[in-house]
This record gives sequence, C-alpha cells and structure tokens, in this order.
Amino acid sequence: MTARVLVGVKRVIDYAVKIRVKPDNTGVVTDGVKHSMNPFCEIAVEEAVRLKEKKLVQEVVAVSCGPQQVQETIRTALAMGADRGIHVEVSGKDYDSLGPLQVSKILAALAKKEEASLIILGKQAIDDDCNQTGQMTAALLDWPQGTFASELVIEGDKVKVVREIDGGLETIKLNMPVVVTADLRLNTPRYATLPNIMKAKKKKIANMKPGDLGVDMTSRVEVLRVDEPPQRQAGVKVESVEDLVSKLKEAGRI
Amino acid sequence: SKLQPRTLSALRAVAGDEGVCVGAALREQHGRDESVHRCRPPDVVVFPRCVEEVSALAKICHHHRLPIIPFGTGTGLEGGVGALKGGVCFSLRKMDQVLDLHQEDFDVTVEPGVTRKGLNSYLRDTGLWFPVDPGADASLCGMAATSASGTNAVRYGTMRENVLNLEVVLADGTVFCTAGRGRRPRKTSAGYNLTNLFVGSEGTLGLLTKATLRLYGLPESTVSAVCSFPSVQAAVDSTVQVLQAGVPIARIEFLDDVMIDACNRFNSLSYPIMPTLFLEFHGSSRSLEEQVTITEEITRENSGSDFSWAEDEETRAQLWKARHDAWYAALALRPGCKAYSTDVCVPLSRLPQIIVETKQDLITNNLTGPIAGHVGDGNFHCIMVLNPEDPEEVKRVHEFTERLARRALAMDGTCTGEHGVGLGKRALLREELGPLAMEVMQGLKATLDPKNLMNPGKVL
Repeated sequence: MTARVLVGVKRVIDYAVKIRVKPDNTGVVTDGVKHSMNPFCEIAVEEAVRLKEKKLVQEVVAVSCGPQQVQETIRTALAMGADRGIHVEVSGKDYDSLGPLQVSKILAALAKKEEASLIILGKQAIDDDCNQTGQMTAALLDWPQGTFASELVIEGDKVKVVREIDGGLETIKLNMPVVVTADLRLNTPRYATLPNIMKAKKKKIANMKPGDLGVDMTSRVEVLRVDEPPQRQAGVKVESVEDLVSKLKEAGRI
Repeated sequence: SKLQPRTLSALRAVAGDEGVCVGAALREQHGRDESVHRCRPPDVVVFPRCVEEVSALAKICHHHRLPIIPFGTGTGLEGGVGALKGGVCFSLRKMDQVLDLHQEDFDVTVEPGVTRKGLNSYLRDTGLWFPVDPGADASLCGMAATSASGTNAVRYGTMRENVLNLEVVLADGTVFCTAGRGRRPRKTSAGYNLTNLFVGSEGTLGLLTKATLRLYGLPESTVSAVCSFPSVQAAVDSTVQVLQAGVPIARIEFLDDVMIDACNRFNSLSYPIMPTLFLEFHGSSRSLEEQVTITEEITRENSGSDFSWAEDEETRAQLWKARHDAWYAALALRPGCKAYSTDVCVPLSRLPQIIVETKQDLITNNLTGPIAGHVGDGNFHCIMVLNPEDPEEVKRVHEFTERLARRALAMDGTCTGEHGVGLGKRALLREELGPLAMEVMQGLKATLDPKNLMNPGKVL
C-alpha cells in the first residue's frame, strides 16, 4: 500500500467573482474579494481522499504556499478528508512574484522530505492558467508525469492514467513515484460538511519557510502590466450584400 | 417606446446610459418568463446597481405614474413579469452580491441578483447550504417574492419559513427593512409579521432588494431510493406512515404511471409503469441506515415493490434521473408542444382522492397530463402538454385546470402550492380566500401602493 500522497492546493480568487484590474495596472484587485480553493485543486484533493477511502494510500498531506490566509484553504482540504497540512509561509514581494518554478521546487523538496510516492495537483490554477507546476515538479524530481488525468488507477507499484488530449483519450502506465495533474472530469469534489469542518480544526498544519527547504524564491519573471481585455464594440447592421462587401473592404478584411 | 424623452433622461441620470434600455430584444426578454403566458414587454428596462438607485428610479416612476415590474431571473411559472400596462421593468441582476454571511448563526443576506445555485456555490466550503430548491436556478429574492418551495420542503420548509428579513423599496421610493435593518434573530414576536407579508407578494407590494435567509448544515450523507406501488392510495398511505413514524425524510416525490412511462421512454429506463415514489434521506451514515430500514418496511406493508436505494453520488443521480427529467420527458411525449404545470395542494389525507379524480378527468377529456408531486406536502403538478396554436385544446386545458383548482378548494386546499397566483389564478384566489379576506388584501395593497404601480394586474 502506497504510503503518502502529497496534494498541492492553491488559494485563488473565487471563480464566480468578476475580476477587476487595479487602476495602476499592476495586477487585479484582491482586497476584500472572495477567495477559495482553485477548482482543479479541489478535484485533486477529492481524488486523493477517494484513494485513502479505498485504502490504496495511507495518508493524504495537503500543501499550500502563501501568507496566513492560505491556512483556510488547507483547512478546507482537511475538511474534505486530508489527514494533515503543511503551510509554506510566503508573503510580501515573494508572494507577489510566486509562480510555478518556486512552487515546484518547494513541492519537490517536500516530496523528498515526506517520502511521498504520489503527488496530485490541479492541472492549472484559474488565476494564472500556467499549467506548469505539475510538469516542473516531475522534472525536478525526475519522476514520470500523468497530466490532464480524467482517470487514475493504482495497480501495485504502477499507476494507470487516462489523459484528456486533443485527439481524445490517451491511456498511459507510469512507475511510481509519480506526479499526476487533475483535469475537470477526474471526479466531482465533495462539499465539506459541518461535522467534517469541526473535525478538521483538530488536524495538524505544520508551518515552514522556503528557506527551511533550501528553496530560492527569486523569480525570473517580472509582470510589467495588466490590462482588461478590450471592450466589445457594438456591431453594425447593413442593408444589402453590397453594403456588407464595401464595409469589409473598408475594414481591410477583404 | 411610449416613454417621454425627458422621463428616459431622468432614468438615465440615475442608472447611467447602460442602465436604461429600450431595445426591442431586451424588452421582450424581460416581458416573459417560463410560463405559457405570451410575452408582454415593458416600455423600458432599467438595471439599477444599488438600492439607492432602485429608490430613485421608483420615485421617478411614481411621479410619472409608470408601472414598476420587478425582474429577477425570469424563471417564474405564472406570467408574473408580464408588463400588462407597459411601464418600467426593474431588472435587479446587477445587484448580485452575497453580503453578511454569519456561519455560526446560520444566516446570510443576499442581493436580488444572487441565485440559489450561486449562493450554494458561494457557501461550498462552509458546510452550509440553502435547501429550498424549486428546480430552476432562480433569484433568491424572486423565490421570496413568489413564496417558492420545492422538493425538500417536507424537511426544510418553504421560503415562508426561511426568510428572516427583507429590504423593501415601495412604489414611492421608500426603503425599509421588514424586521428592522440588519436584524436576524432566529425567532421574533416583535410587531406585525411584515417579512411574511412581502414573501409571496409577487412584486405587487414592493421591490425586494435584500433577503436575509436561514441556512442549514449540509447533510453528512445522502441516500436515495425508489419504490413502485400498485395504486396511488398505497403510495400516499406509505408517505403518511413514513411521516408519522418520525422519519425526517428530505424528499418524497410521487410520479404517476403516465409520468413514469414518459420517463422510461425519454431516458431509456425500465421502471415498472406504476405509481412510484422517489425518496431522499439526509443524515449521518448510522441514522440513514435506520431511516431506510423503517421506510422499506412501511413500503412493503403497503404492497410496495422494487425498492432500490443508493448512497454514492453517481448511482443516486441515476436513480433520480427520472424525476429530474420529468418536465422534459413530458414535453417529449408530444414534440413541438408546450407544457403548463398545474399546482394544487391539499391536505395529505385528500391526496389519493384528488389524484384519482384528476386522472379520470384527464382520460375523459383526452388530455396529456402526466403527474409529478411533492407528496409529503400534498402538492402535485399535472404537466399539461398542449399545442398552444390549437384554440380548442387550449380551451379544454384551461377548463381542466379550473376544475382541478376547484376540486382542490373543495378539499380544503389551495389553487397554488408554490408557483404563485401571477396572471392566471386571480379569479381562483378570490374563490379560495372569500370576499372578506380579499378585502383585507385589497386594503393592504391600497395602503402600500395607492397608485397601483407595483406589477399591476397580478395577484389581486
């Protein structure tokens, strides 16, 4: 039986919120805005918890990187059934420039420290849409990766992953230890119930800093500017085909 | 548009240029709901962004004697949003914030643009939910305005039991809170129950711009079950006994043989074509075991057969698929037709009789009307499938629904259990309440809306 699953959970602006760009164009407004667990991370947690319920893994550890508030996100994972949490404290400028490279270095270090044999992550975060952390983590650990998983089956010391790809579905078999990233159809995550939220309060969340793991937080990416997408312009009605053709020519389209 | 240019300017000065629309497509969209009543577009649609704008816009309408039609999601079933006398439709969808969630107190306040599913998604990591479920993803304030109910009213109640406070804007722009601003005690005996005066008022007394709602803990586990019965009587007897046994059943839905047959065809299922109960239980795993055992025993004692149940989500969804798709299954019986749902509600003990008499009426008059009902409340719907272009059929259906309503009234019931009076049941309301109660209602209406601007032509 596989000992330990590491699940990464990211705190992001809730999917239902209308995003607004800050007036100084340095980013989006986050103050006072509802945040919640990245939907793909919810799916990852759900998959890990199901594996534990099927007794295929012994322990599920939820990890999040960020300031104090990410503890709420870890608590949600605990309420869904994770056993314990790890909060890697990142704040201020480091948090502003936190991206897949630093997170994957942290996850790789933790995977070694915790002797995890399976890492499940969401395929991407809904705020940056990077879709890189899983792949980078696997590369740093030199582990195989099963990304965009819509099905995950543990078979002894191997893992069978069905991947959603452009042409359809691809089934691959990977030797553990392995990194898997969750796609939308992997499962439907459970809602945390009150009794489970109460129980989660008693579960442990360990605190540490990137330095404790020997991770360098320097970012190689600098955000220059954030802009809203261009406003949609009103359409124009035309009376005849000739009119349409001449308008298209005017606009340089034909 | 029938509106004067300076009236439109006045509206624009409050709601902004984008907040005032006279385009035909948008007006038509706001002149219809999901009923069979034809579209009655307003003269203009306004989109206020806050209660101050709602109040200022209402004052303008009040000054110019323009009808005010509140609009949530347009998912009503009784033609409540039709602008019979034209006027100004107040689409409240831009006011879409969840305000003030108090987890330990189990309450939350929402603006009218927040829908039922939107709120439950917002609450998803708190362990709480708002259980009133009328099917559609309706605006919660719209649900308050129509006193909506749903499949789990038998355990969690209807909007009447679950609205703690409302912020209301009257036709003259007055803004007030029915239970006092910001107040949210779980119970109160302070003054007249204004909150429940506005719950179910269908936009005829004021606009609802905030609702404070009662929340519940999400069930730890859920079990769904299905069971067939040899007769309507057996199914209803089982329902009564389950309730009497103290089983805190969450949903208990009845489908008649015609409805089951339609569902079988629509989803390629093979339920026995008999009166059927769909049940749902909420609770801890241990209590669920007990609930299901007691219920199975009761159904067996009433000659129930094919009792099947499931706990995991995928199988539960499969079991309940028939009930979920009932509306579409009914429509599929006669492609190209529309559907109208009746909505009577009677005391439980009278349910078998009214369903049997109604089924006979349907057969005698050659009407398509599969039945689905919230049998734990004594409420059932005949989904009348009809060709709206055939005046003779329309007439037959209309007469049938009148007979059904009167049948329910004769059994101490109501002509509308959850959909509201809207446009089509005003005469029946008069029969149901009697002239004296109607006079009291007219008096209240005259006090709160003396110019009769709030959604004229509805309810009264």
